Amino acid sequence: MSSSGLFDVAVLGGGMVGSAIGFGCAERGARVVVLDEGDVALRAARGNFGLVWSQSKGDGMPAYAAWTRQSVALWPALAERASALAGRDVQYRAVGGLTFCLDEAEFAARQLFVQRMHNQGQEGLQMLDRAQLQALMPGCPLGPEVRGASYQPADGHVDPLTLLRGLQAGMRAAGGVHLPGAAVQAVEPIAGGYRVTREDGSQVEAQRIVVAAGVKTTPLARMIGLDVPVRPVRGQNIVTERLAPILPLPASAIRQTGDGTVQIGVTSEDDGSFATATTTAALATMAARALRVLPVLAQARMVRGWAALRPMTPDGFPAYAESTTHPGCFVATCHSGVTLAAVHAGPLAEAVLAGVLPEHARDLHPDRFVGMTHVSSH
Amino acid sequence: MFRRTDPPDCTIVWEGRELPARAGESLAVALLAAGITTFRETPVTGAARGPLCLMGACFDCLVQVEEAQNMQACLVPVTPGLRAQMQHGARGFVEDAA
Ligand SMILES: Cc1cc2nc3c(=O)[nH]c(=O)nc-3n(C[C@H](O)[C@H](O)[C@H](O)COP(=O)(O)OP(=O)(O)OC[C@H]3O[C@@H](n4cnc5c(N)ncnc54)[C@H](O)[C@@H]3O)c2cc1C
Ligand code: FES
Repeated sequence: MSSSGLFDVAVLGGGMVGSAIGFGCAERGARVVVLDEGDVALRAARGNFGLVWSQSKGDGMPAYAAWTRQSVALWPALAERASALAGRDVQYRAVGGLTFCLDEAEFAARQLFVQRMHNQGQEGLQMLDRAQLQALMPGCPLGPEVRGASYQPADGHVDPLTLLRGLQAGMRAAGGVHLPGAAVQAVEPIAGGYRVTREDGSQVEAQRIVVAAGVKTTPLARMIGLDVPVRPVRGQNIVTERLAPILPLPASAIRQTGDGTVQIGVTSEDDGSFATATTTAALATMAARALRVLPVLAQARMVRGWAALRPMTPDGFPAYAESTTHPGCFVATCHSGVTLAAVHAGPLAEAVLAGVLPEHARDLHPDRFVGMTHVSSH
Repeated sequence: MFRRTDPPDCTIVWEGRELPARAGESLAVALLAAGITTFRETPVTGAARGPLCLMGACFDCLVQVEEAQNMQACLVPVTPGLRAQMQHGARGFVEDAA
């Protein structure tokens, strides 16, 4: 397929966000090219936890909470299409999601949080005590320390690698072009659009540009006249050998995948470093907490551990904008790109083509970061 | 498929059947030398699988060794009389160990 001529949309970054937007634009008839780095890339898309999750999202930022709920509502349809396009089940299971509390203090703190989210419009989220939890998951060998959990029936999980494959396959099936292998170095205006230059010297021209470069968003956003501070926040993961079913519902930091492995997470290391090594201390802490939830995991062997980097804005909420200096150029970044894949492939892709950001996304403009020094991770 | 460079010096028991082996070689190698290529059935589709990397990385060589499930056959050294069998599906848990 030709990569020459003027594309309708060039997406800079082929991770979870760029692949969803590229797919959505291509599906709506646009001529799309997705430009990505090679296998050296720092890609949260390939190292994340796979939760489709609303229960902890948007405390203090109602637009983000609503945007997340909109995505969760659109997820069943996305999962069906992505499975068909990937040629295998993306294993989206909206079976409800849990955040375990292992003592009275954790339970009380979570209860307050749930109350706060409830006041901000989150429906369905509730606290379950131990007995209710056991009734929800009969036979699950919960450890004696498990006091209860918060429970959001709409939450669920997915195999993020198959999802990524489905989004990229869908983009190509709709006539889009995927060009991995060389980082974007420059974006410059030309008549009727923009010219993008890559580190291998190749150039691509497009009417519209979407910057979706994950932890590397800041320098690319600057090329289109937008100031979007994004820093890396490392998350370490453990995955066990495949096991007989023991945990029917996914939880924050522990889930059993459709293939039987148990994935254990996940640190939030906010040290500014782009390093992706694991540390024994962090893996040991994660494993120890997982054993308090499910002591039977003491019998399980760890197969792999890895670290990946979340793209994090100063307030932890997503950022979307169209540039005023570079009309037709957009930026999109967030730390929950799996959960938000359905709104990125839907309303956001539509907005890129129409030039008007949708409700909720409109309220997540990076202008709010000006002068912001306080940083937190939501 | 494979030819031994050194002769066997003991036997092991695979799926109840005696096979020639050499003490100290890996269980995976002993089985391959005896013409066994199906070590397990996957938990996901039930498809037959056997060793790929022979160096502990791929986890495709899983078998049950004595009572222990999901053992990597390429990392288990042969001892005379070792008993092993196929790994069927996902590993279960030992009830009373919880
Ligand atoms: C440990 C961990 C657990 C997580 N768990 C969850 C979860 O349970 N649920 C959830 O919703 N989210 C989760 N996330 C977050 C989710 O993975 C990210 O939000 C999502 O991957 C971000 O997508 P992205 O496209 O912005 O970035 P990425 O997926 O990182 O992709 C960025 C892409 O941009 C490319 N790029 C960068 N610079 C350039 C350049 N100059 N030129 C061309 N291409 C470039 C990179 O090569 C890369 O492919 C988790 C993340 C981590 C690290
Ligand atoms: S053959 Fe790959 S782990 Fe044993």
